[in-house]
Amino acid sequence: MGLSAENVSWTAGGRIIVDGVSLEPRPGETLGLLGPNGSGKSTLLRLLAGVRPTSSGVVRLDGNPLRELGRRAVARRVAVVEQHATTQVHMTVLDVVRLGRTPHRRPWGVLSARDEEAVREAIRRTRLEERAEQSWHTLSGGERQRVQIARALAQQPRELLLDEPTNHLDIQHQLELLALVARLPLTSVVALHDLNLAAMFCDHLLVLKHGRAVAAGTPGQVLTEELIADVYGVRTVVTRDGPDGRPSVRFLPPVPDAPTPPQTGTVGGFSSATG
Amino acid sequence: MARLGLRGVLLLWAGGLALLALSVATAITIGPADIAVRDVWAVVVSRLGGGESSLTPIREGIIWDLRLPRTLLAAVCGAGLGLCGAVLQSLLRNPLADPFLLGVSSGASTGAVLVVVLGVGGGAVSLSVGAFAGALCSFACVLLLGYASGGTTDRLVLSGVAAMQLFSALTSFIVISSADAEQTRGVLFWLLGSLSGANWNDVITGAAVLGAVLAVAVYTATALDAFAFGSDAAASLGVSVTRVRLLLLTATALLTAVLVSVAGAIGFVGLVLPHAVRAVVGSGHRRLLPTTALAGAVFLVWVDTVARTAMDPQEIPVGVVTSLVGVPAFAVVLYRVRRGT
Repeated sequence: MGLSAENVSWTAGGRIIVDGVSLEPRPGETLGLLGPNGSGKSTLLRLLAGVRPTSSGVVRLDGNPLRELGRRAVARRVAVVEQHATTQVHMTVLDVVRLGRTPHRRPWGVLSARDEEAVREAIRRTRLEERAEQSWHTLSGGERQRVQIARALAQQPRELLLDEPTNHLDIQHQLELLALVARLPLTSVVALHDLNLAAMFCDHLLVLKHGRAVAAGTPGQVLTEELIADVYGVRTVVTRDGPDGRPSVRFLPPVPDAPTPPQTGTVGGFSSATG
Repeated sequence: MARLGLRGVLLLWAGGLALLALSVATAITIGPADIAVRDVWAVVVSRLGGGESSLTPIREGIIWDLRLPRTLLAAVCGAGLGLCGAVLQSLLRNPLADPFLLGVSSGASTGAVLVVVLGVGGGAVSLSVGAFAGALCSFACVLLLGYASGGTTDRLVLSGVAAMQLFSALTSFIVISSADAEQTRGVLFWLLGSLSGANWNDVITGAAVLGAVLAVAVYTATALDAFAFGSDAAASLGVSVTRVRLLLLTATALLTAVLVSVAGAIGFVGLVLPHAVRAVVGSGHRRLLPTTALAGAVFLVWVDTVARTAMDPQEIPVGVVTSLVGVPAFAVVLYRVRRGT
């Protein structure tokens, strides 16, 4: 149960961006999406959120196809954090977090006590109490992402989708943010660039290449030197030095005259499903 | 910026309504014929069935048939243009959007010159009807082109700019090739925006459409708030983006078309006022939209009073006065956008 994708594809202008991917994260786990730029991570997240309709295949929420549920019903269950939220509107942190109540509100209704409680709880969990009245535009990149997570939490979702949430952050804020996401009692699907962060904070990983799932499993199963060479085209040394014996990836400089690693073919023939 | 609480906003609305009533009453008394506020009151009471007023029929006519509809139409136009501007700026995420961005006013002017200069409709069609039809044609072109090219906000804005250019060129072409001096003068005056032709029909039509669009806009206020971080973010917050966008674009285009067809293209109210009001009540649309409508109404009542009395007996087109006030304010907006605040 929960959120699942069954063989979903998305085509734009004749190009296949996501090609028959299936996934079903376990309730409460953090699932990492890996893959180079253009491998379809962001699009897959949009399909999971129902913001884009699938070209084929189906995304389900508790077994019901997303497109039959209606936008509001989906937004009460699934929240999205984009990699770089921007606005020209003058808003305080509180204003932004309150946007999370949009799918719960009636058109004419004002914010109810339940709405305000959800907003307070989201602000408390992201430790933004001190910032509530501050203007969005005066925040640093890390604080803005934390506010977006607070806004997502105010939706009271059970699934949280994050698209490279650490992209514009310094290393301290990257670690803090992912620790926060991993700690939340929600099912999270998070697209990530950094293999070591993915190994450290994700329970399972799904690797995309040219829109296809080429590997899935625990970080220990997925992050091998062969797979990284195949998917990213770089040389690495993978050790078990991470926390709890998780893999740790060290990158090597490219060999000047070596043939480039093969760009096609899959490792292990995975096409689906963690858990 | 310190923002008003709920009680502050309610007080502001009460004060704004009182100010609007006072402005209308006072503006009516200003002009070549000497009229007092209590005369206005007496005429209104008598016309609404409260017995005879003691005024002469001429003075009663000046109040009831000329100044009162004109002042009320100014209020309706100001409110409507401010409202449309505020909605479009949020919907298109463009601080420089105004009610005429989607080609409505230039389409209206083409419709108007077709009727006035070329006699389309054979005299059975009034300038207002021609302008209204032209406005809807132009808006339909913008929607078609905008959605055919992808339906994103920047495509819509570009389509609007293209339509504006095309219909302005058509208008100029018709005027240059066919109009005599008298027609050109009449068309020009209308193009610049003028409330001098106001009658009760215009007021009632305008007020009805304004009321309907205001209701729609306030109904979708929560969804409009959700557009702050873009349409994908709005969609992920449960907003039916395509439906809300089409509904609001059509509603604002309809209202703008009605206003332009009775009063011409009065510029800058819809562009500048929403920014000023945001600074006071914040960007939450439930507060912003009614407040902008109120501010626009009061603003245009006074601007029109200046327009018809400043160079008496010569009247200045009200659009000229709004622009003379509006351009400096526009410069401030541009400056703030450049600083990225």
